[in-house]
Amino acid sequence: MSLILNIAVDGIAYGMILFMISIGLSVTMGLMRVINLAHGAFALLGGAAAHALIARAGLSFMAAALLAIMATMAIAFLLERLVYRRIYGLGELQQVLATIGITFIFIALVNRLLGSSLLAIPLPDFLQQSVDLGFRVLPAHRLAVILAGAVVIAGLYLTIERSRFGTRLRAAVDNRSIASALGINIDAVFAATFCLGAGLAALGGILGAELLPIDAYYPLRYMVLFLIVVSVGGMGSITGSFMAALALGILETASRYLIPDFGTIVFFAAVMAVLAIRPRGLLGKA
Amino acid sequence: MSVQEIPLTTIRTRIRGVPLMPEAVMLALAVIAYFLFPYDLALLTRIMVMMLFVLSLDLVLGYAGIATLGHAALYGTGAYAAGLFAVHVSADPVTGLVVGAAAGAALALVSGLLLMRAHGLTLLMLSIAVTLICQEIANKARDLTGGADGLRGIRMEPVLGLFKFDFVGRTGFWYALAVLCVCYAVLKVVTLSPIGLSVRGIKDSAARMVAIGSPVYRRLVTIYTIGGAVAGVAGALAAQVTQLVSLEVYAFNLSAEALIMLILGGAGRLHGAIIGTLIFMVVHHIAASVDPFNWLFIIGALVLGIVFFVPAGMLGIPAALRNLTGRNGDARP
Repeated sequence: MSLILNIAVDGIAYGMILFMISIGLSVTMGLMRVINLAHGAFALLGGAAAHALIARAGLSFMAAALLAIMATMAIAFLLERLVYRRIYGLGELQQVLATIGITFIFIALVNRLLGSSLLAIPLPDFLQQSVDLGFRVLPAHRLAVILAGAVVIAGLYLTIERSRFGTRLRAAVDNRSIASALGINIDAVFAATFCLGAGLAALGGILGAELLPIDAYYPLRYMVLFLIVVSVGGMGSITGSFMAALALGILETASRYLIPDFGTIVFFAAVMAVLAIRPRGLLGKA
Repeated sequence: MSVQEIPLTTIRTRIRGVPLMPEAVMLALAVIAYFLFPYDLALLTRIMVMMLFVLSLDLVLGYAGIATLGHAALYGTGAYAAGLFAVHVSADPVTGLVVGAAAGAALALVSGLLLMRAHGLTLLMLSIAVTLICQEIANKARDLTGGADGLRGIRMEPVLGLFKFDFVGRTGFWYALAVLCVCYAVLKVVTLSPIGLSVRGIKDSAARMVAIGSPVYRRLVTIYTIGGAVAGVAGALAAQVTQLVSLEVYAFNLSAEALIMLILGGAGRLHGAIIGTLIFMVVHHIAASVDPFNWLFIIGALVLGIVFFVPAGMLGIPAALRNLTGRNGDARP
């Protein structure tokens, strides 16, 4: 019983992290059809900036996390204006190459500035303690991650389903040219979405540093994990990404607990089976 | 019937115009390099192994348009198969190459049955996943593969029973060059054969190839299997020449770098793969000996430069210059 609960809590927390990091990737892919392999670099930037601000500048966790997320969004904004803008029109292969190139440059930069060792993000005291729920004692960090994930999902739901910006975004994902003809400024919508996605990735990188440790090679090491969430969930589908992230988080955690020797193999075999049955993902559009 | 014959005849006349000129030049340069750089034979051999690997990627990606980031899976499987064969069964190099080719082709066939149904992002992700599974299996099967320590104890017999492998690497060089030439010839034939033409059609428009009755899925699996065999030979060659197989053969960077080399030279042409590999490996050798970490920065900038400024690769530069200096026929008077 306690094993199942552990798997559930760890798995859901892990899934929330995967969701936060991958959702920007899914939406930008659905919107601009750009294969952005460099998306994990935003999670790395967030984590590395938080590490530097806490360990070197001595800021508190909250202030550092906030500043790191804002810095990542600023970098993402510049990158979108200067580089990504030119990538949208390229072929699939060129997009892959260009974004791999961007990933390599980020890895090299972080490596040069902060070294290649593990970039730990020390948690504040209130996240390190345990929380007694009456029937179980759980680590506060996991609960905070799950809570943050729930807030992110609620916020995204309200933004996308209820706000004017969300209406424009959905219209643009459904049909870019007609949305543009109706007077929606696609460029602005995309720039905003790109920055929002990068900010969420940075948040996921900081909160998830316990589960996915941050170092310079982070974007390459976990690239496949983020891509899996997007392809299993279906490009451009927020609900799909959420379901995929939770399912994959629980599956990976369960296979690590129960069959540690073959966890990775079972995980990938399951992903392949899903994609063999539904090549466009769970909720992907045909 | 006459409609079908048009592309074939144009290709034949083009070959007759310049009979294998680029190939002859490349072979001559390889022989000259042997005499110019007698102390860098190991590097030259490594470059030729990479050329073979990039050639197989060119067949899969440049000709058939299969965007994969998991080509190292086929290379690594060929390397492990040849290494294990040499340790446990027979140390004859040529048989080892055949074993490596068979292993690469088998993995390509099995994984291709799934991969060729996917497109775009899903295909990329699945191809990386296949590589990760292979790496995990090689890592976990420690008794057989040596795990993270690598597979050691590969001692090769003389090539064809005549030429012993020496410390300087002379035999290794000629052996690798011979294998490269044979594989290049095979790939040349494949790309000019009906199946080669048919996958080029699929690359341009899969929907139209379906419409004219071409079995697209089966063609792609076939070409991926042939590419797998060549990648397996490249892996086997690397295992035999370096006498070591480590988990690095499945590294993501290997797949990514091969892709960069191919685009650098110019995808869709066999000599493009050769030129791209040569430039990349030489720059790598110089830059990495200075500072291995700056190398990642250089490679990233290099890739962005290629994508934005010379999308057709180095082979596209002459055409780009001609366009720049020549008269524009479409311009209004």
